Amino acid sequence: MPMSNLTRSRVRSAWIFLVPMLVILALVAGWPLFRTIWYGFTDANLSDPEARQFVGFENYLRRGDDGEWYGLLAEFGDKGNWWLSVWNTVKFAVVSVFLETVLGLVIALVLNASFKMRGLVRTAVLIPWAIPTIVSAKMWQWILNGQYGMMNDLLMTLGILSQPLSWTADPDLAMASVIAVDVWKTTPFMTLLILAALQMLPSNCYEAARVDGIHPVKVFFKVTLPLIRPALMVAVIFRFLDALRVFDLIYILTSNSKDTMTMSVYVRQQMVDFAEMGYGSAASTMLFIIIALITIAYLKIGRVSFEGGR
Amino acid sequence: MASIQFSNVRKSFGDTHVIKGVDLDIDEGEFCVFVGPSGCGKSTMLRLIAGLEDITSGELFIGGERVNELEPSKRGVAIVFQSYALYPHMNVFNNMAFGLKLAKESKAEIEKRVREAAKTLQIEHLLERLPKQLSGGQRQRVAIGRAITRQPKVFLFDEPLSNLDAALRVQTRIEIAKLHERLKSTMVYVTHDQVEAMTLADKIVILNAGHVAQVGAPLELYHGPENLFVAGFIGSPKMNFIDAKIEKSEEQGADVNLSTGVSVRVPVDAKSADKGTKVTLGIRPEHVKRVTNGGDGQIKGEVQFVEHLGEGSLIYVGTEFSDDPITVKEDGDAKVKAGNTIAMEFPEASCHLFNTEEKAFKRLVDQTHS
Repeated sequence: MPMSNLTRSRVRSAWIFLVPMLVILALVAGWPLFRTIWYGFTDANLSDPEARQFVGFENYLRRGDDGEWYGLLAEFGDKGNWWLSVWNTVKFAVVSVFLETVLGLVIALVLNASFKMRGLVRTAVLIPWAIPTIVSAKMWQWILNGQYGMMNDLLMTLGILSQPLSWTADPDLAMASVIAVDVWKTTPFMTLLILAALQMLPSNCYEAARVDGIHPVKVFFKVTLPLIRPALMVAVIFRFLDALRVFDLIYILTSNSKDTMTMSVYVRQQMVDFAEMGYGSAASTMLFIIIALITIAYLKIGRVSFEGGR
Repeated sequence: MASIQFSNVRKSFGDTHVIKGVDLDIDEGEFCVFVGPSGCGKSTMLRLIAGLEDITSGELFIGGERVNELEPSKRGVAIVFQSYALYPHMNVFNNMAFGLKLAKESKAEIEKRVREAAKTLQIEHLLERLPKQLSGGQRQRVAIGRAITRQPKVFLFDEPLSNLDAALRVQTRIEIAKLHERLKSTMVYVTHDQVEAMTLADKIVILNAGHVAQVGAPLELYHGPENLFVAGFIGSPKMNFIDAKIEKSEEQGADVNLSTGVSVRVPVDAKSADKGTKVTLGIRPEHVKRVTNGGDGQIKGEVQFVEHLGEGSLIYVGTEFSDDPITVKEDGDAKVKAGNTIAMEFPEASCHLFNTEEKAFKRLVDQTHS
């Protein structure tokens, strides 16, 4: 069907408005992404990236002269840390986002009720979110310090601990500590998003439920939760994407420790510490693919629609 | 079915006193309408009955039982909200069945009650739909259906028709009236629309700023308003009020003088008023008579503006004795134009008289039966 003049001029102005954004996106996101993927197929070294050779998929998987498999995809157990870092990342993301969602929901429900000084409490709850991650990570590093940290002192004074613990160095505790700090920092974000959803709920529904004599717990599960589900799903995916590429918090608290190494930490180690730019780029590309796959799976399973409704 | 009694009920929100001591009896099976301007406390009264608000002081009885401290769900009431308050994520059947399911009614019983209510309201074909797939009128029926399935002793309606368009409002109004006829339950209905109040009510309660201004049957309020507020509130267009002075006051009537010297006889018990006291004369637009020949007791004025409504015409007449124009209601094809001078008569049997405290003098003409 031929376009009318009006439609044509609308389409034209749409493109005029879009072009600057598309150019900027191509420059700051498209080009680096393309370069990263490209470097992943080379043996580039950080000391001289220009002296590189195309190696195909060797960074991902290749057969050594000894008949063993090498490359990123073969980094199991003793051969390397890649799959360990993937596992750590997923564990970190799932546990921390789960805890943040539950805590965020509880706090949002409390803040949604009316009580004195609610405004003040709402603001106070947001403080951890407002502090830059580097600052709060550093702060927690000192609090959790095995020798001089406040956490050990506090717990020993209260008689909960008999001996100081090395929260971030102990392999059994490191992941839990990192998750705890992330939960402390990011719960306010969840709270805020959920609170916004709660305040959109029709108050008359709750009055109808009260007159019907429905127990508040039932009302929560049968009315509140289904109604805030779309907002909740969006909040969860926001947080999940964030958590999958976590870097700063973990790097500051536990450096390159194997117990908490995430994909981003692994990539940095390859690229910067080992100067393996090609290999690191391949890992970076894998990170991108894994996050994309998890996101697609989540959207399919959760049937999240960004258009609203169900 | 249950009666409702308010005994000196007060309600304050902080320092704001919304209900200022209400005594009221609503009989079993009665259709009672709370009406008044916005902010008069009518919705609060309803919420007090439902138990959605606590009573600050006084006592409230439903079916003879004191319910001040009783949970909303234990009061045997069901409420229909202006905004329908349907659960958006449940289909019509589940919306109607939700309360029953959680009250652990048997499946068969739930099915039976929901089908029955749906049949009554002719929404059987909608049971599988979600609220957002329904029109406003259908949603309101579902809300009413949800109330019916609970088989309450008292139905409460909070401006249920305000979100509907004019035609649907009339239709739903008639359905609510039929519903009351069939169920014979006590119904309390809040509205700001006096037409709804007049057509539905057995008893109208007119509220003004947290007080009951008057309680009565629709026509009692129309013919015998006890005060200036009720006289002005009931009837559309509103009653004309004219400042006047008592010339002669007797038990059988009063002669009052408008400022231009025209004298009007009003058949009210005016023995309490002294000669010379200021009063307010009231007459409804539909009772003012236009006359052609000049004579005694006639009032002359200039037509300022005419509104043709089809079934009637509203003529606004500027006069010497009143700043506001006198409204006259006539047939639809009244041939008057702005600028014409016309003569009017105030038939004495249709006049009301109010003292300076805005209370009506008792009328001696009984018009409810005439």
